[in-house]
Amino acid sequence: MNLTLKIWRQKDANDKGRMVDYKVTDISEHMSFLEMMDVLNEQLVDSGDEPVAFDHDCREGICGMCSMYINGEAHGPDRGITTCQLHMRMFKDGDTITIEPFRAAAFPVIKDLVVDRTAFERIQQAGGYISVNTSGNTQDANSIPISKHAADEAMDAATCIGCGACVATCKNSSAMLFVGAKVSQYALLPQGQVEAVDRVQNMVAQMDLEGFGNCTNTGACEIECPKGISLENIARMNRELMKASLK
Amino acid sequence: MSGFLKSSIGRKVAMALSAFFLMFFLLQHFAINILSVINPDVFNEVSHFMGTNPFVQFALQPVLIFGVVFHFVMGFVLELKNKKANGVKYAKNNGAANSSWMSRNMIWSGLAILAFVVLHFIDFWFPEINTKFIQGDWSGMHEGVEGYRYFHELQEKFLSPVRVGAYVLAFVFLALHLLHGFTSAFQSMGATSGRKKTLQNIGKAYSIIIPLGFIFIALYHHLNH
Amino acid sequence: MALDSKVPKGPIKDKWTDYKNNIDLVNPANKRHIDVIVVGTGLAGGSAAATLAELGYNVKAFAYQDSPRRAHSIAAQGGINAAKNYQGDGDSTYRLFYDTVKGGDYRSREANVYRLAEVSTNIIDQCVAQGVPFARDYGGLLDNRSFGGVLVSRTFYAKGQTGQQLLLGAYSAMNRQIARGKIEMFNRHEMLDVVKVDGKARGIIARNLITGEIERHSAHAVVIASGGYGNVYFLSTNAMGSNATAAWKIHKKGAHFANPCYTQIHPTCIPRSGDYQSKLTLMSESLRNDGRIWVPKHIEDVQAIREGRKKPTDLSEDERDYYLERRYPAFGNLVPRDVASRAAKERCDAGYGVNATGEAVYLDFASAIQRYGKEQAKIHNLTDASEAKIYELGQGIVEAKYGNLFQMYEKIVDQNPYKTPMMIYPAVHYTMGGVWVDYNLMTSVDGLYCIGEANFSDHGANRLGASALMQGLADGYFVLPYTIGDYLSDDIRTGKISTETKEFEEAEKEVTDRINFFVNNNGSKSVDYFHKKLGNVMWNKVGMSRNADGLKEAMSEIKAIREEFWKEVKVPGVANEMNPELEKAGRVADFLELGELFAKDALMREESCGGHFREESVELDGEQKGEAKRNDKDYAFVAAWEYKGEPADAVLHKEELEFIDIELKQRSYK
Repeated sequence: MNLTLKIWRQKDANDKGRMVDYKVTDISEHMSFLEMMDVLNEQLVDSGDEPVAFDHDCREGICGMCSMYINGEAHGPDRGITTCQLHMRMFKDGDTITIEPFRAAAFPVIKDLVVDRTAFERIQQAGGYISVNTSGNTQDANSIPISKHAADEAMDAATCIGCGACVATCKNSSAMLFVGAKVSQYALLPQGQVEAVDRVQNMVAQMDLEGFGNCTNTGACEIECPKGISLENIARMNRELMKASLK
Repeated sequence: MSGFLKSSIGRKVAMALSAFFLMFFLLQHFAINILSVINPDVFNEVSHFMGTNPFVQFALQPVLIFGVVFHFVMGFVLELKNKKANGVKYAKNNGAANSSWMSRNMIWSGLAILAFVVLHFIDFWFPEINTKFIQGDWSGMHEGVEGYRYFHELQEKFLSPVRVGAYVLAFVFLALHLLHGFTSAFQSMGATSGRKKTLQNIGKAYSIIIPLGFIFIALYHHLNH
Repeated sequence: MALDSKVPKGPIKDKWTDYKNNIDLVNPANKRHIDVIVVGTGLAGGSAAATLAELGYNVKAFAYQDSPRRAHSIAAQGGINAAKNYQGDGDSTYRLFYDTVKGGDYRSREANVYRLAEVSTNIIDQCVAQGVPFARDYGGLLDNRSFGGVLVSRTFYAKGQTGQQLLLGAYSAMNRQIARGKIEMFNRHEMLDVVKVDGKARGIIARNLITGEIERHSAHAVVIASGGYGNVYFLSTNAMGSNATAAWKIHKKGAHFANPCYTQIHPTCIPRSGDYQSKLTLMSESLRNDGRIWVPKHIEDVQAIREGRKKPTDLSEDERDYYLERRYPAFGNLVPRDVASRAAKERCDAGYGVNATGEAVYLDFASAIQRYGKEQAKIHNLTDASEAKIYELGQGIVEAKYGNLFQMYEKIVDQNPYKTPMMIYPAVHYTMGGVWVDYNLMTSVDGLYCIGEANFSDHGANRLGASALMQGLADGYFVLPYTIGDYLSDDIRTGKISTETKEFEEAEKEVTDRINFFVNNNGSKSVDYFHKKLGNVMWNKVGMSRNADGLKEAMSEIKAIREEFWKEVKVPGVANEMNPELEKAGRVADFLELGELFAKDALMREESCGGHFREESVELDGEQKGEAKRNDKDYAFVAAWEYKGEPADAVLHKEELEFIDIELKQRSYK
């Protein structure tokens, strides 16, 4: 199929940036979206232009690197997938596709479609861990029984890939689904209880400091999340913070 | 604790608490107003009690005013902060794909309700304050009206079709506001997903029945005068 | 120079304990004055960085991604082995050791593997303490599954995302140290060379991938944990950015490169759909527990299917060739990865491939669905269940076990695998070869260490399922932190290493010159053009089965591609900006050298072992006719190559492998 692409081009962080139109032809419906971008870039290199910079790595939906806002939705129109798992069969011949970077004040653009998501790093550094040294002499793994239900729920929260689709989608650029998932994973496990109070307070404080917006419960993040992280995690974070404040 | 109130989540919780208070107020306001349809005399009695009881007037009323003002101010503060968090606007954004219109437009439905509250104050509350606190008339009587004046005033107000139209429109916005706001407040307070379905149903019922009830009262008095 | 593996003396089960008891330690107050660079932040690098920082060293960690959490360890699905014997099914350290050496076709170093098996239990304890949400049973204890055809259930898992959860565990340990200031994290940085001072590794040259700035970083020791080199094939299950540059650069600076020809080709990947394909997607091996692999018996049916005149479900049982069950009745569909992969290639080469590219076989769940359905009907006392009901019940069980994989398959291929058989084909997945290291995980350069997939040590010629994660974390958490201390104990008085020396200057100049060449070269072909060409040669001539003629051709063809690359490569943009094409150019330049050494190593090794299959070395008669034939008399050694300029001129050093605790046997799956 033949497509028109409207792509955000921005030379570097200081450039103002603009949408630029491109044409690609003979795109197979079996291509992944990023393979279509590869075709465009190969075309640009051949014609002596600079290819479009975009983040990507594993191309199987787990590294969380790819981050495109396609036709007004994070990771495009399909559900439960990342940009790299989006396939061209979701589009029709002759379509115009708008491709933008994930937007948020806390995610400044580095170049074209590449954004800086290190705000997430700093939030994790503020408390997204259990303070245990790797001595190899911790207690036996089976000495802490954890109910299957709690372990499964913690796992569901822990599957977050940190891509930032929740922030990009949220009309408030709120990072609460991401932070909620991380807080939840440890809140659900006995190992995480010792530091629970400090963890939630510090992580929320860092989240606010980074300039993310506030949650207004639109639920858009849950829908666009490639890993189906549930809104319940935000509610749990709220409970954890309230509990922590009363202690 | 002070850290909590300054945090984004703390503000969310405050927003939710003021919402709960306002939703409760709305419920009792509706309960009293519907009496005007059922039995004007009882309506007059209750209205007089509410209008003259010192506890209601000097304790509950300021709390209510504070609640209203707080909810509005906090709403605007959060909206501004959230706008600031956005960065560059998307050239194309398909919000309808992942969220309801109501949830994305709380600020607009909220502003419409604010406009109505102003109208409502001009219509009812300022004259009340004027009568009671400036003129010092706590009798609840009015020249040429038999018994208490409240039912009579109510009927007078609903004569104008323009006012009734504005009234109806405002309650449509209120319904839209509540359709998201009700469950959202519970979610902010950390309601667990196990109760989500029930909450959503109660929320839907509340958000439709109460505003519809108010609309019914307005139309009833407009048509039955 | 003779290779010294530095394996401690004594009985195998005491080696590691005795070693730890006798090494030199660094006083905590002195660790503060010692810097360590860790390149790569996957399971090995991430766990090493976190542990070294906990111990008190100043760690500088480098990742080319925007976060350590995105390293490709994250994509590992199946699980992690550990000899916990929680299931009481007879597992032990020795048995894990034995299985690993046997699985590696007796080409790994016994002492290293035994140590790996020994610390494997610590890994699970550590990860649970860190909050890794491993799967549990209803009693709240850890669950295990059997994996990769071994006889015990020793694999711990977290749904189909074990690699992700383990990496996030290591990442969280790193975050704790980053917050404490003990790790300085350099995201979006790529190491482009190592700097040696007086024969010791003392730093690296790195490029800031956002600004293009070339930076000098010094340290008392350098740890390379940059993963494998599967992307030399262009198409592999590796991440797009996975590269061999760090490993290759240290090779060029004196680190020997061992067994490059040992590559694991994973049998259950989603087939290629066209020339535009950028990478291959792996589906967990666990699928083979229930799926049956087949191709049509008759070539006419193959034609009909390719042309869309027939559907696979139209073929009766008699018209199908379940070739693994036919050839290997004992193990059937559960033969090891290398055997399953070669068998698929054999069928497709014979013309029985079932998709348009001719490179796909079926993986069929219909009988599993039937079997489970009937079982469920019995459990639910449905005596007269209809076919449809049985199917529905069976589908429910299959969905519970493999739902996420089926969904992933459907998203990519656009076919419903519950209704029609999946198509699979082997793909390059893991490289057992890598930088040669001794028992201390130190390369042939002093102070230069190599851990995880980047080194060669533990998997021999073939890696068992669920062992890669084990090795990465064992190296990073429990081995390197000890062995590096022994080396660094001599460095407590060295003081800060200056970067203002001629060694750093020269290394930086070399890096800058190469970058400038790329951006200024007036070529006509993109980097990918060369990478694809290289991949083609590698796949066709140095792929699943190899022969002397093909390997010789491959060597000369790769050399020719390399020469053309240096003339014709075209890199748009400039050096001092974010420039993904420039990054790729540097990586492909290194692959173009590594690929040739790879073929040279494969040519030298005139035996079939593990992932390396030489067509000249097969059993000629008997029950094993046509199967791989190992030659222990002549090839029971590690081939460590020393760099001498051109890859073809590399010099071979042999580390003879001694098997004292395990008897060498030919593998049989008949």
